[in-house]
Amino acid sequence: MPKDSSIKSVLIIGSGPIVIGQACEFDYSGTQAARSLREEGIEVILINSNPATIMTDPMMADRVYLLPLNVESIEQILEENNIDAVLPTMGGQTALNLAKEAEDLGIWEKYNVRLIGVDIKAIDKAEDREKFRQWMIRLGVPVAPAHTANSFLEGKEFAQDIGFPLVIRPSFTLGGTGGGFVHDASELDEALQRGLQASPIHEVLVEKAVLGWKEFELELLRDSADNVCIICTVENFDPMGVHTGDSITVAPAMTLSDTAFQLMRNTAILMMRDLGNFAGGCNVQFALDPESEGIIAIEINPRVSRSSALASKATGYPIAKIAAKLAIGYTLDELENQITKTTSAYFEPALDYVIVKIPRWNFDKFKGANDTLGLQMKSVGEVMAIGRSFTEAVQKACQSLENNAVGLGYYGKSGMRSEELLEYIKTPKWDRIFRIKDALMLGISVNTIAKATYIDRWFLYEIQKICNIEKELGNYWLEELPTDLLRKAKVHGFSDEQIARIIQDGSEEEVYEKRKAAGITRVYKMVDTCSAEFEAKTPYFYSTFEEGNFNESKVSDKKKIIVLGSGPNRIGQGIEFDYCCVHGLLAIKEAGYESIMVNCNPETVSTDFDMADKLYFEPVFWEHLWELIEYEKPEGVIVQLGGQTALKLAERLHQKGIKIMGTSYDNMDIAEDRGRFSDMLKELDIPYPNYGTAYDVDDAVEVAKKVGYPVLVRPSYVLGGQRMRIVINDEELEKAVISLLKHIPGNKILIDHFLDRCQEAEIDAIFDGENFHVMGVMEHIEPAGIHSGDSNAVLPAFNLTPLVVTTMEHYAEKIARALNILGLINIQFAIKDGKVYVIEANPRASRTTPFIAKAYGIPYLNVATKVMLGANKLTDFTFEKKLNGFAIKEPVFSFNKFPGVNKELGPEMKSTGEAIRFIKDLRDPYFRQLYKDRSMYLSK
Amino acid sequence: MEQRQAILVLADGTTCYGKAFGAIGTTGGEICFNTGMTGYQEVFTDPSYYGQVLIMNTVHIGNYGVADIDVESDSIKIKGLIGRNLEELFSRRKAQMSLDEYLKLQNIVAIEGVDTRALVSQIRNQGAMNCIISSEILDPQVLKDKLNEVPDMSGLELASIVSTKVPYELGDPASPVKIAVLDYGTKKNILNCMVERGAYVKVFPAKTSLEELKAFNPSGYFISNGPGDPASMEYAVSTMRGILKEEKPTFGICLGHQILALANDIPTFKMHHGHRGMNHPVKNLISGKCEITTQNHGFGVDPEAVRKAENIEITHVNLNDQSIEGIRVKGKPAFSVQYHPESTPGPHDSRYLFDEFIEMIQKHIA
Repeated sequence: MPKDSSIKSVLIIGSGPIVIGQACEFDYSGTQAARSLREEGIEVILINSNPATIMTDPMMADRVYLLPLNVESIEQILEENNIDAVLPTMGGQTALNLAKEAEDLGIWEKYNVRLIGVDIKAIDKAEDREKFRQWMIRLGVPVAPAHTANSFLEGKEFAQDIGFPLVIRPSFTLGGTGGGFVHDASELDEALQRGLQASPIHEVLVEKAVLGWKEFELELLRDSADNVCIICTVENFDPMGVHTGDSITVAPAMTLSDTAFQLMRNTAILMMRDLGNFAGGCNVQFALDPESEGIIAIEINPRVSRSSALASKATGYPIAKIAAKLAIGYTLDELENQITKTTSAYFEPALDYVIVKIPRWNFDKFKGANDTLGLQMKSVGEVMAIGRSFTEAVQKACQSLENNAVGLGYYGKSGMRSEELLEYIKTPKWDRIFRIKDALMLGISVNTIAKATYIDRWFLYEIQKICNIEKELGNYWLEELPTDLLRKAKVHGFSDEQIARIIQDGSEEEVYEKRKAAGITRVYKMVDTCSAEFEAKTPYFYSTFEEGNFNESKVSDKKKIIVLGSGPNRIGQGIEFDYCCVHGLLAIKEAGYESIMVNCNPETVSTDFDMADKLYFEPVFWEHLWELIEYEKPEGVIVQLGGQTALKLAERLHQKGIKIMGTSYDNMDIAEDRGRFSDMLKELDIPYPNYGTAYDVDDAVEVAKKVGYPVLVRPSYVLGGQRMRIVINDEELEKAVISLLKHIPGNKILIDHFLDRCQEAEIDAIFDGENFHVMGVMEHIEPAGIHSGDSNAVLPAFNLTPLVVTTMEHYAEKIARALNILGLINIQFAIKDGKVYVIEANPRASRTTPFIAKAYGIPYLNVATKVMLGANKLTDFTFEKKLNGFAIKEPVFSFNKFPGVNKELGPEMKSTGEAIRFIKDLRDPYFRQLYKDRSMYLSK
Repeated sequence: MEQRQAILVLADGTTCYGKAFGAIGTTGGEICFNTGMTGYQEVFTDPSYYGQVLIMNTVHIGNYGVADIDVESDSIKIKGLIGRNLEELFSRRKAQMSLDEYLKLQNIVAIEGVDTRALVSQIRNQGAMNCIISSEILDPQVLKDKLNEVPDMSGLELASIVSTKVPYELGDPASPVKIAVLDYGTKKNILNCMVERGAYVKVFPAKTSLEELKAFNPSGYFISNGPGDPASMEYAVSTMRGILKEEKPTFGICLGHQILALANDIPTFKMHHGHRGMNHPVKNLISGKCEITTQNHGFGVDPEAVRKAENIEITHVNLNDQSIEGIRVKGKPAFSVQYHPESTPGPHDSRYLFDEFIEMIQKHIA
């Protein structure tokens, strides 16, 4: 059936602020859906409260509403627009719940709006645990024995019937919030209470736990003619019991026989076809008994998801884009494969590589949080890596994590003995795979580990391969390292630095030079959906090592610019930098260059295959970057857009003589280096809080005495105020310094006088070498002491005197000039007793850049990128700030994922996302409440 | 223990170095590739692969070992195997041995560690060609000479080699649905699919005469898949013509489909590099539904000739390249598909064809 021509305008609902369990994958799907519909000539209206998203950019939709995601906003939109249909499957559970609420209130009917992409009347059976169970039983699909309980007493009763271990699953919650395992009776009461409370309808499923079974996920598409195809099958490395968002996952499935796979495929299709009448995407999860190969259905999600974003990146098949087209009536056989452009969209991608996804956690931010992985998702981001074997992919994924891993191994002192390790790996934690490798290195057998972890032996054999190579490497000095062995190590994903650490000889660079001399060099292969069966046109590449060095990425003769992405999302560095990168790419193209993206975060828009002219899905890791630069020979590299991840590679780029577009490395270093920065401020006659640096406790106490308590203690070169503390006396200082040095040995410690109860404000600006433009002045509602990322920031300043604002702008310009900024700069200020102090400067896109761009309706990232490239001067643009009243950037937290952790704010950032809220004036009740509560969560 | 070296040489001179896997020795055949990500054992034992050296595009093969429940015939039919990572260690409770042991046991030579993706691109661009793998002769020049001894697939009759030598029966002898199967290299699951649906089948050797088939008094005929060039199978075409005169329900799969076409004067041709995998999209033009199919063919029926033939209706087309995937003979109860509805390995989307065939027979005998 062709496109339904009665649909002329569609409302897409976004997923709102980033929280654990719902991250920027929905920006990716929403963006794809918007583009997909607009290319069909459909008017797209979009609602999302998250200003850091690309989907909410004016270029993505015909009309964007940055409004809170509630029915009032929906009604307002429906009043103001003539909308034919609403697509609620692109914005995660938030969008689906909102659509359901509006449906229950009769809003869609009232405005004559059709729901597309989902059968809202049928989804209850997918969302409600008990209905799901009953539905499965009716369909003849096996499920785990379970009972639904609506009260504490009922729950206890059922638990007794079913027996332990069991699972508590609250109904209608996001990312498994409130769920958990109960291993024995002693844990039951607490788990039951928490589950019931987490569920908006006070309902939990008490279910038999199938611990140790293998877990799989299938991504499906279905059209209005009931054609269904499976886009991707993902196998979880971690067996049942760990939320799939917290599991290491692998595609294609590695340990599935065809018989077992077809059983899953048939069952998934049966389930999807029976889920009402809809056209779109869905995700089905199964557990498989390794003994009998029998399966049980775990859940079905009738929408695009984190997994479908991963599946899209893993296969090259743009699930959200196609799902949007199916929602407006197309059938799969009418659409073309977006990658090959010659074959059909109705097919099942075949992979000739392996992808490994590893989640990224931030437990360090949630002191006291239980770091055992379970039913409730706890990770804040993820990385994906592509290789021509599991070993290569898993090591590349480790290199992408940005937590100092240089491969599967840290090469520090593990300190754990065999027995300890074996005990440790029984519980799933963020570092389990690293500990499993340690255990194998110590000679513990695959069998023993398999029994302790239930992880499929095949994966353990693969890790064993890595260990065997590592042991072999250890026998040689660099000089005598045989070429065959070096090649083997590279084929299995060892990084040059990893090899240098294992052999304890030579440097990363020396290993690099040695292997290049031996002809061991990366080649780039294409992600083409079809295992090379058909010729593909899409420039989506990954690196690997192959006999014969056959390269598929052809270097063009155009001038190229590489944009470094921001890697995995984590607290302090999230979606906002992806927004910046995407705009950077587009501006680069507009300026006449070929744009090349390097990133490893599968949730992002920047890694969509048609954003850059060329996409390299690679770790943002020096070795990969350097080899790529040698291959592509770009004009330069942009490091200002990818947050701290990109910025920290600037030094090595500089050393190698690679041009950094925009502000030079040396000037960025001045801003980053506290000593150099303060010297500069002194010279410029700009006030700053007294400070000093120290390497040990004695130094620190001296410095503190000099600058005066209270002082702010922090390590240098960190993200989001990591391990930052405010202390008021020597004793506290000593504790802080010891703890800090324990975690980051040898770090230079920064000690600033803390301006207690002062006001905080910040400026984002662009400087082109001559002209200076203030993008925005934001005043924090909360007093100093709360990380800027966790503060409510008001644009423009609401309480600062014009003199103070002018002084800030004046200082900002002086700093920009002194640093020879070319591009973006963010400067943080403290204001006490009318005096303006500069706290820090970030010579790059900041967390607030997208917020300002949205609030004022100005494409600031586009402008800034063109300035960095030297393609334009600021005078080439006009800036008309369209904002009536004020815009507030509100931080959003995920504390509810960590029961027992206090919502206590301080100098270390804790928020996972943000929302934007527009207010007309300061009488706004929402603002007044915020203002009243401004000191409520202050830790000091 | 260090793996032995192995070499792969293609007819166009391409030489790849890798590691030996499976049996040590030398083997040659026509190179082809399969894009399926599961079911390697079913593929290796599919008689249609007889004479082929197979590249598995998916990068890990052997992960779940081999199990006696996953065979499509009594032995491995591929001539040789090429992979990126062929795994010695496996994990599956139901498996009896590793892929390496299995290949050694059946004397199949394999090579791993080669850039299979580069090879596939080359075949995609230049077409199918012969190749040779060796783990005993490591001189490419010697292998190039040996390569000349490998026969050309065009004009090669292979069906009678893999066919059963003696007739055998399956299913309930009391069943009114009696199917005569002409075995040109049938996969086990084709027979299962008919038996499961209540049929009694008798499987006949490839060159069985029409009279012998008729002596079984079948209520329907099934013409199986198999290896080789259909154009070289005069005997099969003439038997098919005889069967069509019987006016009894007749179903052909793959090679059987090509024989049905030839019997209706539609020529077949050698494809550039064939279709092999389990993700090929096919549209049923009668029902309008689509199905994901398993395919394994290096020859096809001439689409122009099919379109011109007045007595033939096209029932299925491939959505990727519009090639002919299914036909039926107008006015006769005979139909065929180019793909494999029994699909082991592969999606079960097309199993309905067996239902239709059995229903056709039931109606016919009613």
